Amino acid sequence: MLDSYGTVGIFLVVSVGFVVVTLGIARLFRPQRPTPQKLSTYECGEPTVGSSWVQFNVRYYIFALLFVIFDVEVAFLIPWAVVFKQLGLFALVEMLIFVGILLFGLLYAWKKGVLKWV
Amino acid sequence: MDWTFLIVKLIQVIAVFAVLLTGCAYMTWLERKLVARIQSRLGPMNAGYQGLLQPVADMIKLLFKEDITPKHVDKFIYGIAPLASFIPATLSIAVVPFGDSITLFGRTYDLVISNLNVGILYVLAITSIGVYSIIMAGYSSNSKYSLLGGLRSSAQMISYEIGMGLAIVVVILLSGSLNLVDIVDKQGSFVGWYVFRNPVAFVVYFICAVAETNRSPFDLPEAESELVAGYHTEYSSMKFGMFFVAEYANMITVGAIATTLFFGGWHGPFLPPIVWFLIKVAAFQVFYIWARGTLPRLRYDQLMSFGWKVLLPIAVINVMVTAFFVL
Repeated sequence: MLDSYGTVGIFLVVSVGFVVVTLGIARLFRPQRPTPQKLSTYECGEPTVGSSWVQFNVRYYIFALLFVIFDVEVAFLIPWAVVFKQLGLFALVEMLIFVGILLFGLLYAWKKGVLKWV
Repeated sequence: MDWTFLIVKLIQVIAVFAVLLTGCAYMTWLERKLVARIQSRLGPMNAGYQGLLQPVADMIKLLFKEDITPKHVDKFIYGIAPLASFIPATLSIAVVPFGDSITLFGRTYDLVISNLNVGILYVLAITSIGVYSIIMAGYSSNSKYSLLGGLRSSAQMISYEIGMGLAIVVVILLSGSLNLVDIVDKQGSFVGWYVFRNPVAFVVYFICAVAETNRSPFDLPEAESELVAGYHTEYSSMKFGMFFVAEYANMITVGAIATTLFFGGWHGPFLPPIVWFLIKVAAFQVFYIWARGTLPRLRYDQLMSFGWKVLLPIAVINVMVTAFFVL
């Protein structure tokens, strides 16, 4: 147990180390001659209009809600799938009901026009 | 955990890491070559025989480029986004078994960096972290293109992650285990591969994986004709390089995971296991590039409705049908 997570730790350290070393080496070699034009935000060569940190209508809100619902479903399905062979028919019927309710919810959202991109 | 074990593991980690990075470098070469062939061009020819040294030249060029941090960015988040992109991209390869066990100094070592008993969950968790880097890069750059790219990408990745999870549930149903070594063992030789037992799950998984890695035809987050380069528009030099390597590392990881879950991992006749593993992963990479060379990019609403209205119901029904047959 400790062995397997420990080796993942080693991998993490090597990975972080690689990024740090590479960026460090690049820092030694590269030129550093900033000009105001270079430091401006890219907007196809035009002068930048305003900041990008403004409020605007993201349409992903409902998708994020749906995602949470179905991701939790997957989280429930995984332990169910591991022990499914021992549980048998009863587990299948129960999961059918559970998934059925969720699919009905998706169908409802679909009919309500939530999934339509406008 | 004694010292020989630690040293052997360290060598293994560094070897896998080196192979992964070399693979990433030569993926760029392969991609340019293959796409060029598809479009009746030659691709890189000058650096080395058939342009084989092109990745090295590219890397040296990136090292010597000025690193521009635009004035209006959120400096801290802007700085750590490449890290947050690169590290998860490499980490999930750690649980993929790439060969049978070997005996060294009287101890048996599995040819897998970490034989985690919750391997699949680990892979799902790590690949989900990748989306943070894209949001971080997109938000912190303070550029309209980056922001739009980041937002698109987050919506796309969460939509396709569900299909991916459901496809993986099918594999768990068939194998009854979360451990990738067990899953490979259960598939055994050719006939037992899960791609033959449940092709639908494989197709769903692969489509979702292509969407997760933001590759063509699902590469809307970096659609160059509308968003310049998407979330990494403002990045330059080695920081850009990190995003670039991460993208290819993600592709290789997806190939490796798909090989493990659906194509029997390292199993195969005649050749040594590692060679078989590499052949299968390479085949996936060629397929990726082929798809990029052939398919047009989807429109964003098509992408979302495909994910939610087609893939998700198919994946759910597939899980239930598989469960019925497993019973």
